[in-house]
Amino acid sequence: MTATWKSLDFGNQYLFTSKEAYMQFGVFSVGDATPDPTNGRTPSERERIKAMIAIALKAEEVGLDVFATGEHHNPPFVPSSPTTMLGYIAARTEKLILSTATTLITTNDPVKIAEDYGMLQHVADGRVDLMMGRGNTGPVYPWFGQDIRQGVNLARENYALLRRLWREDVVDWEGKFRTPLQGFTSTPRPLDGVPPFVWHGSIRSPEIAEQAAFYGDGFFHNNIFWPADHTRRMVQLYRRRYAFHGHGRAEDAIVGLGGQVFMRKNSQDAVREFRPYFDNAPVYGHGPSLEEFTEQTPLTVGSPQQVIERTLSFRETVGDYQRQLFLMDHAGLSLKTVLEQLDILGEEVVPVLRKEFAVGRPADVPDAPTHESLRAAREGAVA
Amino acid sequence: MKLVAVSAGLSTPSSTRLLADRLAESVRDDLGTQGHEVEVEVIELRELALAVANNLVTGFPASQLASAIDTVTGADGLIAVTPVFTASYSGLFKSFFDLIDPAALTGKPVLVAATGGTARHSLVLEHALRPLFAYLRAAVVPTAVYAASEDWGAGGDEYTDGLPARIRRAGAELAVLMAARPPAEAEAPEDEVTALERQLSDLRFD
Repeated sequence: MTATWKSLDFGNQYLFTSKEAYMQFGVFSVGDATPDPTNGRTPSERERIKAMIAIALKAEEVGLDVFATGEHHNPPFVPSSPTTMLGYIAARTEKLILSTATTLITTNDPVKIAEDYGMLQHVADGRVDLMMGRGNTGPVYPWFGQDIRQGVNLARENYALLRRLWREDVVDWEGKFRTPLQGFTSTPRPLDGVPPFVWHGSIRSPEIAEQAAFYGDGFFHNNIFWPADHTRRMVQLYRRRYAFHGHGRAEDAIVGLGGQVFMRKNSQDAVREFRPYFDNAPVYGHGPSLEEFTEQTPLTVGSPQQVIERTLSFRETVGDYQRQLFLMDHAGLSLKTVLEQLDILGEEVVPVLRKEFAVGRPADVPDAPTHESLRAAREGAVA
Repeated sequence: MKLVAVSAGLSTPSSTRLLADRLAESVRDDLGTQGHEVEVEVIELRELALAVANNLVTGFPASQLASAIDTVTGADGLIAVTPVFTASYSGLFKSFFDLIDPAALTGKPVLVAATGGTARHSLVLEHALRPLFAYLRAAVVPTAVYAASEDWGAGGDEYTDGLPARIRRAGAELAVLMAARPPAEAEAPEDEVTALERQLSDLRFD
């Protein structure tokens, strides 16, 4: 399957946009309700949930391709029920791909994931994919009747079942972690018989890169908290194993990256405004300075041009890739600020990234997968 | 051969560093007489204190700390020396070893040593340092060296050897383990991916 082949299948409209369809750009949200360090104010759960929805709608408005929500089951995080939120966003958008970052494949019942996201796929006319993650909050496992020490095994068994539920109409199944299934049909069946595309998200577990490679699924590296060299090694491992498992060349593997930016017209303004949020950020605050962290990780705080240059450099780290998501709403940033950031991202940054990433990209590197491309591939395979 | 000493002393000059140097010298002399060329590197944790704290917060090591960790995990033998703080190893000493992969020191020859104001704390080596390295599955030599302030100005007595004799004995024990061990393999970045793949070898997906 090559980009050219797929482009031909979609007629003139697709040909017209195909140059820009190589990659998908979007935002992913953790969904933390964190006090704004500049005024001490914490948004209510309702405010934060509505803010996430506003951010998703804004993403479509400014021409981004993807909105992905986290899934968490402990305060201060609000998004415990992703498909409820994504279903609402589906009704208010037309083009946006709805995704997750991440769906907990360990503590969720894979049967419920199959049903929930099968349903969402129909509601959203196929604009759905999802990213599997293990979750690293110890108590969440026992709260859902599981054991964190079995995390990797849960991810393996649950995902193997999930795939069968989407690909076989009637499933007989027995495993270690859930009740056996006899004659079970997960409904609704995947839209057009095409299961949602799955990414596997991991920061440091080679087992997950291997799982993504084994199935020929996508691999997403969060790429926020670690030096670029670490991201490079994880992606390289995934690409090599993708080829090893016979899905194509290493360059055919489907790679997504996270990123974290804060922009103002003048870079000094960006640094000044973002510093208190950085210094108090729940995940990495009270540690290295903004300058150190910017040097050591992909975080970029500065002008739109600086963000463009830094993001383009990711290609040197992981090769031509398919999806770039940015973390924009966290650490207590106000909704107003985040929406301003999305305006800059959509108007000044992503259009340039689309053009620049297309330059020098070999024609046979696969496009970012969509429901349409997967359906076309399936029909091509059947015909 | 690569011998690495980790010193958690905080003052300059520090008796912890002094003990680390004396131990390293003893090991080098011992291996030298057996015909082994020994390269010694001393890591002063004081210089890495901020980087260690930052790693605890961010989850990844800054480059200088990363190379210190690589130096320790790549050594043929390790000397670990801490001052005694509040009846145990210092927090900085423990935090540094907290950042090392629990499997990275498996089988590594290690000599543990400590300094303190009074000899009454000498068992800290047995109730704190030795269990720490036992957990890490390192091969800790039988003699652990404790230097109280008074040891720097005293010889042995009828019950105990003096500090120089204890240093020589511990150094000889470490030298024996190092000489018996195949040299550590240098790990290039490319090999780390191979290492990751090795971790996967027992995982099968169905």
